[in-house]
Amino acid sequence: MTTPAVQVSNLSFTYPDGHVALTNVDLVIGAGERIAVLGPNGAGKTTLMLHLNGIHAAPDGSVSIGGRAVSKPNLGEIRRRVGIVFQDPDDQLFMPTVRADVAFGPANLGLTGDELGDRVDAALDAVGMRWAADRPPHHLSFGERRRVALATVLSMEPDVLVLDEPSSNLDPASRRELAEILSSLAITILLVTHDLPYALQLCPRSVVLNGGRMVADGPTAAILADEATLAANRLELPYGFDRRLLVPG
Amino acid sequence: MGGSHGGALLHAPGPLHGIEAHRKLIATVVFVAAVVCTPREQWWAFVGDAVVVAAVARLAGVSFGALLRRLTIELPFVAFAFMLPIIGTAPRVHVAGVALSRPGLLAAWAIVAKGTLGVAATVVLASTTPVPKLIAALERLRVPRTLTAIMAFMLRYGDVVTSELQRMRIARASRGDDPRWLWQGRGAAASVGALFVRSYERGERVHLAMISRGYSTSMPRLGDDGTARHWALCLAPSIGAVALAVLAWSVR
Repeated sequence: MTTPAVQVSNLSFTYPDGHVALTNVDLVIGAGERIAVLGPNGAGKTTLMLHLNGIHAAPDGSVSIGGRAVSKPNLGEIRRRVGIVFQDPDDQLFMPTVRADVAFGPANLGLTGDELGDRVDAALDAVGMRWAADRPPHHLSFGERRRVALATVLSMEPDVLVLDEPSSNLDPASRRELAEILSSLAITILLVTHDLPYALQLCPRSVVLNGGRMVADGPTAAILADEATLAANRLELPYGFDRRLLVPG
Repeated sequence: MGGSHGGALLHAPGPLHGIEAHRKLIATVVFVAAVVCTPREQWWAFVGDAVVVAAVARLAGVSFGALLRRLTIELPFVAFAFMLPIIGTAPRVHVAGVALSRPGLLAAWAIVAKGTLGVAATVVLASTTPVPKLIAALERLRVPRTLTAIMAFMLRYGDVVTSELQRMRIARASRGDDPRWLWQGRGAAASVGALFVRSYERGERVHLAMISRGYSTSMPRLGDDGTARHWALCLAPSIGAVALAVLAWSVR
């Protein structure tokens, strides 16, 4: 049996103010799988995401990435393996130029010189943003910044890519372009989103979180076709959505 | 959200754009120091410095009009300088029927001449060097990495915070807020407070994004990939200003 890319076992987490964010969450994601994490606001999606690279420590339960436990001694390697693209690209892009920002992660891994330059070029090529390498991030459009934010993580050559609401605030063309880029990546992808058609387009499998508990896990088409599950978890397909797309493939 | 931020950089690159930023930075500092050290009575030395700045600006492709426009940043200091002949001490001289302080006039002349030359040199530097490269140059000159990181963050988030404040102002105005007096500024004050809290929260999110990409305690070095020109060539204008200052002191 191959080692899962992500294994979350019996994970529970409570914030210092007493808010219970996750309760007994179990999740296994195979290498190369693309999976959507669906759920209403406050479901615990972002909290789960922040456990995958050890930003939040798991006092109860365990998280492992490619068979390696997410724990303090492993944090450097875990953060190389798990790339998180945050929702607001202005949070992710903090260096004066796009090139410096894409180089930030690999430079922290110890890369220098040509090796670092090659990583940066390859990551920018993957998202079609090489032309913007020497521009300041705030001179780019929102969609372009989102793609550069993706490049800042791809330059670390992660095994698992976690994206928090990647389609939010994007115009339809930018949304499609991002979907094409994500489809072209041969790595494990965890898509945290409210955008159900985007989940259907990109992820064969979905899980639903609500109130910190995992309440559904299955093929995305099947979950979106289950109106009772959607209603119970405050999930809704957009007006005009063609339900014929929900035939399980 | 896009950028409306041109900065001071000239978009048409001239011969000075490609020179390594740290050389231009040192040349500017030396020039400004030489101007400041020049005795204020030797007016001809300042004329010589002005010719040097004008020649370098011309070489860099900075037009006279652009230089003058950007010099307006020193207007508050000029206004202060104009006060000195009025409030200065005796002896006084009569100019157009007004009794003006002679030491005040000399001090005002020194402030305006030295200030204008210093700002002009800085304008030429800013017009030919992108700000990120200036920060990289400071790093190369061994300015502590923490300070350059703070500068880089200010550069990156200044626009983000300003545009957020602008959006809040528009949202207030759209709901009829039109403050004209200090006591009507409650909405604006609340916006600034909200912006402070949001910026603090953003800082926390940025820190999360940084540690997610392996940040521990120090920022990676920024590259300064300009062309390495001979130091003497880069420093030639500054050496001219130093020579003028020395000459001015020797004939004083």
